Amino acid sequence: MDVTLKVWRQDGPEAPGRFETYEATDISDHMSFLEMCDIVNEKLVERGIEPFSIDSDCREGICGMCGIMINGHPHGDQLGTATCQLHMRKFKDGDEIVLEPWKATGFPVIRDLVVDRSSFDRIIEAGGYITVPTGSAPDANMVPVPKAVADIAFDAAACIGCGACVAACPNSAAQLFTSAKLAQLNMVPQGQPERYDRVVSMVDTMEEFFGSCTNHGECEAACPKSITIDFIAMMNKDYIKAKFKNRRLLGQKA
Amino acid sequence: MSNIVLDAKVPEGPLEEKWSNARFDLKLVNPANKRKYEVVIIGSGLAGASAAATLGELGYNVTMITYHDSPRRAHSIAAQGGINAAKNYHNDGDSVFRLFYDTIKGGDYRSREANVYRLAEVSNEIIDQTAAQGVPYGREYGGLLDNRSFGGAQVSRTFYSRGATGQQLLLGAYQAMARQIELGKVKLYNRMEMLDVVVHEGKAVGVVARDLVTGEIRSFSGHAVVLATGGYANAYYLSTMAMMCNGTAVWRAHKHGALFANPSFTQIHPTAIPASEEFQSKLTLMSESLRNDGRIWVPKDKNEARSPDQIPEADRDYFLERRYPAFGNLVPRDVASRAAKVMFDEGYGVGPLKNGVYLDFAEAIGRLGKDVIEQRYGNLFEMYERITDENPYKVPMRIYPAPHYTMGGLWVDYNLMTTIPGLYAIGEANFSDHGGNRLGASALMQGLADGYFVLPNTIGDYLSDQLGTDPVPTDHAAFKAGEKAVKDQIDELIAINGTRSPDYFHRELGKVMIAEVGMARNEEGLKRAIAEIRRLRAEFHKDVKVTGTNESFNQTLEKAGRVADFLELAELMAIDALNRRESCGGHFREESRTPEGEALRDDENYAYVAAWEFNGVGEEPTLHKEQLVFENVELAQRSYK
Repeated sequence: MDVTLKVWRQDGPEAPGRFETYEATDISDHMSFLEMCDIVNEKLVERGIEPFSIDSDCREGICGMCGIMINGHPHGDQLGTATCQLHMRKFKDGDEIVLEPWKATGFPVIRDLVVDRSSFDRIIEAGGYITVPTGSAPDANMVPVPKAVADIAFDAAACIGCGACVAACPNSAAQLFTSAKLAQLNMVPQGQPERYDRVVSMVDTMEEFFGSCTNHGECEAACPKSITIDFIAMMNKDYIKAKFKNRRLLGQKA
Repeated sequence: MSNIVLDAKVPEGPLEEKWSNARFDLKLVNPANKRKYEVVIIGSGLAGASAAATLGELGYNVTMITYHDSPRRAHSIAAQGGINAAKNYHNDGDSVFRLFYDTIKGGDYRSREANVYRLAEVSNEIIDQTAAQGVPYGREYGGLLDNRSFGGAQVSRTFYSRGATGQQLLLGAYQAMARQIELGKVKLYNRMEMLDVVVHEGKAVGVVARDLVTGEIRSFSGHAVVLATGGYANAYYLSTMAMMCNGTAVWRAHKHGALFANPSFTQIHPTAIPASEEFQSKLTLMSESLRNDGRIWVPKDKNEARSPDQIPEADRDYFLERRYPAFGNLVPRDVASRAAKVMFDEGYGVGPLKNGVYLDFAEAIGRLGKDVIEQRYGNLFEMYERITDENPYKVPMRIYPAPHYTMGGLWVDYNLMTTIPGLYAIGEANFSDHGGNRLGASALMQGLADGYFVLPNTIGDYLSDQLGTDPVPTDHAAFKAGEKAVKDQIDELIAINGTRSPDYFHRELGKVMIAEVGMARNEEGLKRAIAEIRRLRAEFHKDVKVTGTNESFNQTLEKAGRVADFLELAELMAIDALNRRESCGGHFREESRTPEGEALRDDENYAYVAAWEFNGVGEEPTLHKEQLVFENVELAQRSYK
């Protein structure tokens, strides 16, 4: 099959952007979307044209590195699919495909389709962990976790940090990412001691970089791991509770 | 440099006491002095992130360098199946000694007893540590941890998080490190690629790196340098590794004098999705845990035309169950891969390119129900369907062996230090624990053992001697020389201005490697490979095309540098395979096999670690041997019948 790519090109964060058009010819429908991009790029290199930059690494849908807007949808319009798992069989001969980077002020463009998502790391650094220095853990079976809880914690922990939720959100909000991280830790017994401090500091950090949530639900639809917005509700509940709990604790200290 | 004496520094005493003896004998750094030390860690996978977190907690100042946009992308994240530990939670006869024994035997007796025993010993602490971090392990209904069995083992000792254990363990280590970043004990430099080790007065004193966004060449100095940079199986081009995995860090350390051990030991994993056409960029792994319930077979008739679900039992050859009745579908990876290769070679392969074997769940679905299978492997089945457009609940999966994990790596002593003082290698970047073959669920175990428990203990022994010294400043001549060398190499690559992309050379190299240095090797083929790699390398340096400049985000330039190193490292892989005229684990020399066609070791002549010294590109390297001593296990022919 042959497809036409309209690719966003931008030399750097401050440089103006533009679309360039490239033809992808003789594409097999078994090919993954990124393999198709590889072929186009390799031909550009051999013609002495700088290929378009695109982030990808594991190509197994787990590292979260890939992530672009494909025809206006994060990772394309196939539900529950990362860009690297999208295959050309989902397109038709003659299609025009538009490739753009994630667009959000929290994710500045580095070049072409590559953006800087380190703001997500800042959110984790603000409290997305359980404080347990190496060597000080009790035997693992000393802290039983009900299977149902462990399973839902896993559903939350499946987040790959790709940023599609932010890219899909009309407000560029990062609630789905932040809440998934919080839910994983805040649900399990190990996470209880820091639960309310964690939610306050992670949510406050999130708000430094990202917009507000107005319950559009686009994030859930775009998430390649089908993470549910129920976690956002959990986060909001904990955040409100934290206001009271932490105040009482502060009162006690004083 | 030929006066190198390989001292493995294995501690005194009986096996069970070696690690505690070592911890007592190793010099300590006073807690108040730890903050006076700087440690540079390269790579943020399981080994690097867990080491950074732990060293930061101890009080050391850590510089973490990763080429990823976030440490959480490290390829450890892609490990699926699980992590072993000798907890014996299931009362099925497991013990530290049994885990040790299985690992030594699984590695075909080509690893160091003391290291492997220590690995088994700390395995239990890893589970405790990670469970406390909130890693969502699979649980029983009573809330306790669940286990599964895994290839090569007859006990259920594998802890897992669905099919994404690597992801969950990596996120746990990354989060522990994130806490230290917030506390200021770990400084994170992302999108920064290490390109050289700086050695001054015989010691590693820092690294030179390229900022992948701006192209700036920067130096980082420390009292010690830790390479946690993973494996180099991307030398095969098509492998289960992530696209960016490379051998650059270990190779450049090797060129500075760090010996490279057992470079040819590559594990070929039996359960990857077969390649469909030449453009394919990687082989996707399907977790080995699938072999617990899946049965592997090929049609008995080479010209079978029916759909697999229409082929009756009588016309199927369950070749692993037939050849290895005791282990059946759970034989170790090298055995399963070779058995599949025999089937393709004889023309029994399935699928459009006749390059797969079936992995069939029909019997398990009948016995356990679709729900149970979905619970156990749902995400893997979904991944398979995405890639192949086939529904594995209805038709069997097709699988194919793929280069997966490199057991070789920088030579390290018991303390995980390379032959360059102050330079450590941990996790897959070193050679130490897996011998000729890596068993399932042991890579995560080794990465975390090294990072959480081993290195933080052993590094103090070296650092304590450096007390009172400041790190060599980065404007020192040693760093300036390193920066210049790196810059010169980049300029040279850009100046070639040829006609072929770096990917072209990488693919060509991969074809040579898989054909001649792959699942089966022989003298003639290896010699051919060496000549072919040299030819390709010369062509690369004449004809590669790197677009753009150094001073920008330039993925073509990144690739070109990595391919240049693969073209040198691959030659050493072939030289090592040629030297080892025996078969062991993943290294199968066709000249050395039993009458039944199984791998045949030669313990008399090859019970050593081959540690190679660099003498120049294209020059014959010098072989140093670390003789392996086995006092606690008896070397026996591996048999899984």
